[in-house]
Amino acid sequence: MLDMQTASKPHRAKLYLHYEIDGDDFTRAGEASSKLKQSLKQLGLSPAVIRRAAIAMYEGEINMVAHADGGVIDVDIDTAAITIVMRDTGNGIEDIDAAMKEGYSTASDEVRQMGFGAGMGLPNMKKHSDYMKIDTKVGEGTTVTMKISIMSE
Amino acid sequence: MTIGTIAKLLSAEIFTGEELSEKEARTACGSDLMSDVLAFIKNQSVLITGLTNSQVVRTAEMMDIVCIVIVRGKRPTDDMVQLAEESGIAVLSTGYSLFTTCGILYANGLAGGDRILA
Ligand SMILES: Nc1ncnc2c1ncn2[C@@H]1O[C@H](COP(=O)(O)OP(=O)(O)OP(=O)(O)O)[C@@H](O)[C@H]1O
Ligand SMILES: [Mg+2]
Repeated sequence: MLDMQTASKPHRAKLYLHYEIDGDDFTRAGEASSKLKQSLKQLGLSPAVIRRAAIAMYEGEINMVAHADGGVIDVDIDTAAITIVMRDTGNGIEDIDAAMKEGYSTASDEVRQMGFGAGMGLPNMKKHSDYMKIDTKVGEGTTVTMKISIMSE
Repeated sequence: MTIGTIAKLLSAEIFTGEELSEKEARTACGSDLMSDVLAFIKNQSVLITGLTNSQVVRTAEMMDIVCIVIVRGKRPTDDMVQLAEESGIAVLSTGYSLFTTCGILYANGLAGGDRILA
């Protein structure tokens, strides 16, 4: 199930978005990123910033479903940046250096049949964000934090 | 090149986005690998693919792609059509192969928009 709650504090021009990602339904992966994109459009951010955030989060959302059991995404938008925190309680990433290399993938055949599993997602998330951090522990889960600056465009 | 022209050149069936026929598309890419579309493609407006699942439309949506052309006479799934409708993306289906579809559009002036990777 996917759930979105928004709470805005107009005086500080801050917006929080929360999404829950179902890990069992690959066909629905991307709903949260689609909603984020709509929210960013409503805020009137530049198309380039919106696209960077949407692509970065979509890659992460696909990973949460393909490699973990779904999870939660919290997005925090202020006047300077969009901060996306993606948490899952999957198996974690054993070798981050390998995972960050283009072409490294442990994706299942099912994921590959959907058009994914080229080992391009994490490098692409890094490319589209101004800051990215991965906290992961084998057997416990993964948290990916990305920051996309609004000012830089 | 307009989406309407693309449909005509490819003798394509339009599943959704009839009203977008005057919309301009400048560049295109052909791929069955959404990972590559997300990672390499810049400012493309047409996605030509043999893949038919909802992630094709999601990928197009994230990339601001305005038209999806499905090749080899495959039909889009119902959820593809519904998602595309919501996102304002045209979905066409042509009987031509991926290679021939790309060739026809390229020969008629649609660019690849590639940056050559040195
Ligand atoms: N949230 C996650 N939990 C566990 N493992 C992960 C997670 N995200 C990525 N990985 C691991 O890192 C690898 C590389 O991820 P990346 O997104 O770069 O490629 P991919 O998902 O395999 O393919 P692509 O993104 O090109 O479709 C994955 O194959 C998987 O082994
Ligand atoms: Mg990935």
